[in-house]
Amino acid sequence: MKSEYDVLVIGGGPGGALAAKTCAEEGLSVCIVEKRPAIGAPVRCAEGIGEDLIGEFFDELNPKWISAKINGAKIIAPDGNCFYLNPEMAGNEVGYVLDRKFFDRDLVWQAVEAGAECYVKARAVEAIMEDGAVKGAIIEYFGERKEIRAKVVIAADGVESKFACYCGVDTTVPLREIETCAQYLMTDIDIEPGVTVFYVGREISPEGYIWIFPKGDRTANVGIGISGTESKDGSRAKDYLDKFVSKNFPEGKTIELIVGGVSVCEPLECTVADNLIIIGDAARLSDPLTGGGIYNAMYTGRLAGQVASECIASTDCSKEALMKYDTIWRSSRLGKALERNYQIKEIFVKLSDKQLNSILDSVSNLVMKEFSTLTLIKEIIKLNPRLIKELSGLKKYFE
Amino acid sequence: MIKVRREVCGYCGACVSVCPEKAIELIDAYLSVDNNICRHCKICVRVCPLGALEEVSDEE
Repeated sequence: MKSEYDVLVIGGGPGGALAAKTCAEEGLSVCIVEKRPAIGAPVRCAEGIGEDLIGEFFDELNPKWISAKINGAKIIAPDGNCFYLNPEMAGNEVGYVLDRKFFDRDLVWQAVEAGAECYVKARAVEAIMEDGAVKGAIIEYFGERKEIRAKVVIAADGVESKFACYCGVDTTVPLREIETCAQYLMTDIDIEPGVTVFYVGREISPEGYIWIFPKGDRTANVGIGISGTESKDGSRAKDYLDKFVSKNFPEGKTIELIVGGVSVCEPLECTVADNLIIIGDAARLSDPLTGGGIYNAMYTGRLAGQVASECIASTDCSKEALMKYDTIWRSSRLGKALERNYQIKEIFVKLSDKQLNSILDSVSNLVMKEFSTLTLIKEIIKLNPRLIKELSGLKKYFE
Repeated sequence: MIKVRREVCGYCGACVSVCPEKAIELIDAYLSVDNNICRHCKICVRVCPLGALEEVSDEE
């Protein structure tokens, strides 16, 4: 571990890996520090990603990365009625359930092959600040504290991000805007291979949803996210999940439990500071409607790497120069989707089970040429103009 | 004070992300609460998916 690099990346997830790889390919010296002892483990993710989204980064996918190919989806209403998206109409929503243990490792591997250095069990405990600018980090590495200086630091340390906070950015997620999640990896369960299932409703999962993401033959990630405000003794994420599992998969075997928080708030007000770029979950960029964040991290990671490289080349890594990163992602398809999906989420968390039943009933016989979250919402608005006044507020996002 | 029930904790960091005082640290499989910084808002207690955090009296 050297004491100085062009770029220091805090966190070795997909976002950090893409940032490091991009900078290394530009010929910069890059260091990734990952606090965990292994890249990609423990996994804290439902592991789903759209085909078109992952296709933005790779010409070919390594088969090791993929647990299951997804061709369709089901949304189950509180009354049990099912809205089925078959492969013909699943369109944009087909994709993959990844094996993040392999996927994350390979992304960091690629960054290292491109020239980046990576240190695991290396934790950023402090920011080095000079005249209000970030100059690097103090890294705790096997009992020793090392000072690493860098021209740009990229904070990619996830939803529990502390590095941005050390730099003076308030990253606190409000209680009502965190989804508290629990997930079992289950085997010996009857599932439809290649079909993801989503259960919605306040009773089953208040202000969230239950997901079943196939991982292979009779194996799936079965998880739940509920709003932080709904979480309390006796009705926590795990309690709701246990209730669901005992009803739906009584014979199933649980071979893994993972828990975590997903932010469903708006992104940080500003995702750069002098010599600092914040990406992915650390910037609160997970999707507020679905909770998905792999693509968002990879997109902002790559972009951060590009902007950091440009700014280092021009010897200006001020907040003003790095703002290019903030401006680009906000005006991108991702930025617009985050803004729109936040508004949709704000409306949908208020719906009663009765309203959800009516909405899903109205679209149950719908045949869409191409399904996406966007087209589904468009159809819901079209079919329910009187049912939910609030939905009209979303119209501007679809015109 | 806020106490971590280590036998229950899943070390996920959900509590870390909501703590307004940044009083909680997650280091590998070890979660610690700095009760000198903590203002006892108990948001961390609420958000834990497993119920691993609890408020106890200072004597405990």
